[in-house]
Amino acid sequence: MPDDVTDTGKSPTVTAAAPAAPVLLEARGLVRHYTSGGPFGIGRGRATVRAVDGVDLALRSGSTLGLVGESGCGKSTLTRLLLALDRPTSGTVRVDGRDLLGLPRSELRRRRRDIQLVMQDPYTSLDPRMTALEIVREPMDVHRAPEAKHSRSARARELMEMVGLDPDHGHRHPHQFSGGQRQRLGIARALALRPRILLCDEPVSALDVSVQAQVMNLLKELQRTFGLSYVFIAHDLAVVRNIADEVAVMYLGRIVEQGDRDTVYGRPAHPYTRALLSAVPEPDPRRRGESERIVLQGDPPSPARPPAGCPFHTRCWKSEKVCTEKRPVLTPTEPGGERRVACHFPEND
Amino acid sequence: MTTTTGGTPAEPQPLLEAEDLTVDLLSGTPGAPRSRRVVRGVSFTLHEGETLALIGESGSGKSLSAMALMGLLPATTAEVGGSVRHRGTDLLALHPDALRARRGKHIAMIFQDALSALNPTLTVGFQIAEVIRAHEQVGRREARARAVELMARVRIPDPARRYRDYPHQFSGGMRQRIMIASALALSPDVLIADEPTTALDVTVQAQIMELLAELRESTGSALLLITHDLGLAATAADRVAIMYAGHIVEQAPVEDLYDRPAHPYTEGLLAALPRLEGPPDDLTPIPGTPPAPGPLPPGCSFRPRCPAARDSCATRQPALLPAPPARLVACHYPLEASSAR
Repeated sequence: MPDDVTDTGKSPTVTAAAPAAPVLLEARGLVRHYTSGGPFGIGRGRATVRAVDGVDLALRSGSTLGLVGESGCGKSTLTRLLLALDRPTSGTVRVDGRDLLGLPRSELRRRRRDIQLVMQDPYTSLDPRMTALEIVREPMDVHRAPEAKHSRSARARELMEMVGLDPDHGHRHPHQFSGGQRQRLGIARALALRPRILLCDEPVSALDVSVQAQVMNLLKELQRTFGLSYVFIAHDLAVVRNIADEVAVMYLGRIVEQGDRDTVYGRPAHPYTRALLSAVPEPDPRRRGESERIVLQGDPPSPARPPAGCPFHTRCWKSEKVCTEKRPVLTPTEPGGERRVACHFPEND
Repeated sequence: MTTTTGGTPAEPQPLLEAEDLTVDLLSGTPGAPRSRRVVRGVSFTLHEGETLALIGESGSGKSLSAMALMGLLPATTAEVGGSVRHRGTDLLALHPDALRARRGKHIAMIFQDALSALNPTLTVGFQIAEVIRAHEQVGRREARARAVELMARVRIPDPARRYRDYPHQFSGGMRQRIMIASALALSPDVLIADEPTTALDVTVQAQIMELLAELRESTGSALLLITHDLGLAATAADRVAIMYAGHIVEQAPVEDLYDRPAHPYTEGLLAALPRLEGPPDDLTPIPGTPPAPGPLPPGCSFRPRCPAARDSCATRQPALLPAPPARLVACHYPLEASSAR
């Protein structure tokens, strides 16, 4: 276990968009290591992949937490941990203050209704042999939802309407819908059990721009209507800016910067956040060459062999000796501030 | 090869000229053949040293246009019509051998997915050297030396050692560099890049685009960039063509297109795009979905989704017409004329 994880006891996990809203979902000191290679995971060729390496997160009721990071940063593992689909090596996930993994199986099953997943690929995440209505209805059948059997179909129709689909198309199969419609179907299904939290894992990245905007607006509208809370995972920084209240930036299994959206996008403190933002090609040709672009060298290191010290030091232009030796801890940039950064030399402009 | 640079002077002969390009995808059985038109008459020109971005959403026909240009669509599954002239020679009329000789040597292509475009059983160095040896009378040793040099040029660290590595031993960004190296092996004057960075992370995308820009600068080759990404096109292109349902609906110098879109579809795309600047309000989506491939109803193919559609849009298909000074637009009621903005 990384030694500085113990520090999280001192620094409060809480960040806030609307300080009044209570924390609904909270992760503390979340670690997930996978061992690979070698028979029974021992001996030569054995490697420990530090997929998630000490993550603290807090999602406030009714708000959206955006999680950004490049491939291999641990976003997907974190998703599985938050859904209690995978057990962390250490750390806790609490929903409404209750530790999910400490619950008995039956209780965990019931609690899972509260937190549902919207998947990335609407082409492969829906059973091609089921009709749209069956797809939306299935979670209610599986969880023996309170609705009586006959009213489940009525509820499924209602859900289809809610996400902007024609319930009369309920007998159609997934291939008869377009990509955007399929994603709506995925959202309707996720809403079937009246969850409080939706975990959206790259929900619009497979969609074209014109359709992506439809689904983004739908998610925002559903949030306003039902007071839903979202963890919104995406690699597209512009998409996250459009929907998130708070943003957490992940790099190599850790959160390197976290804060409210306008602070993180307006005054990024971690060099990695700056580089990410600067790498996004802006759809405005007049800005070409206007701002100094930061082009990072190299690729992110493998989570099986994370560098000593700061995980970003191998690509960082500000790296100094201390960065190669001591791992920076997520600390507020201003005393008492909500924005936190894990960097020895944060930007402060 | 020439190294003439600079924009588009008066009326020089274009380097690459596609005229009324059509692609019909063939399916069905020999007894009951079916064909669906997916590229419906695409014309554009590419001048020396220029970057033209062909933007479209999935199914718009942008990638198939590129494949057709390169003569890469198998005759059994696709029928290509129209003409593609490279320095005046119609590529589509060439004998396959002659086309093959020209491809690679004068026109090279970079694909989206480097992992499946490279042969997994051959070393990357061999694959680059193979391109050289297929087109030029050079010995193994010289081809190898040139391949190592190319790998160095696309900034692969320690190229002489990595020459012997296989594609899976490289990261996604490095593999894309290998593809660029083999595309540049014979100093082509036209480079076609089909979604070259779509599979890559944003920081690696920035590296690859920077590399492409540098190499283009030093070689003077022209680039046809095929992408769905309006941001990428804005940062890389001189001119932009927007495709919808197999047609080019608007084409203009990059700044004109983003500043003052004339086609409602272009305007719709720009309004639907989340941005890093400005208020992060609700986006303005384009209602509906693009039409499926196959026969289109009469009139403008964007009409069912167009906020500015009028009666005549349902009957007459708009042609791609010049809108001075430098724009082409296929719309009966282009936005500038109605001063919508």
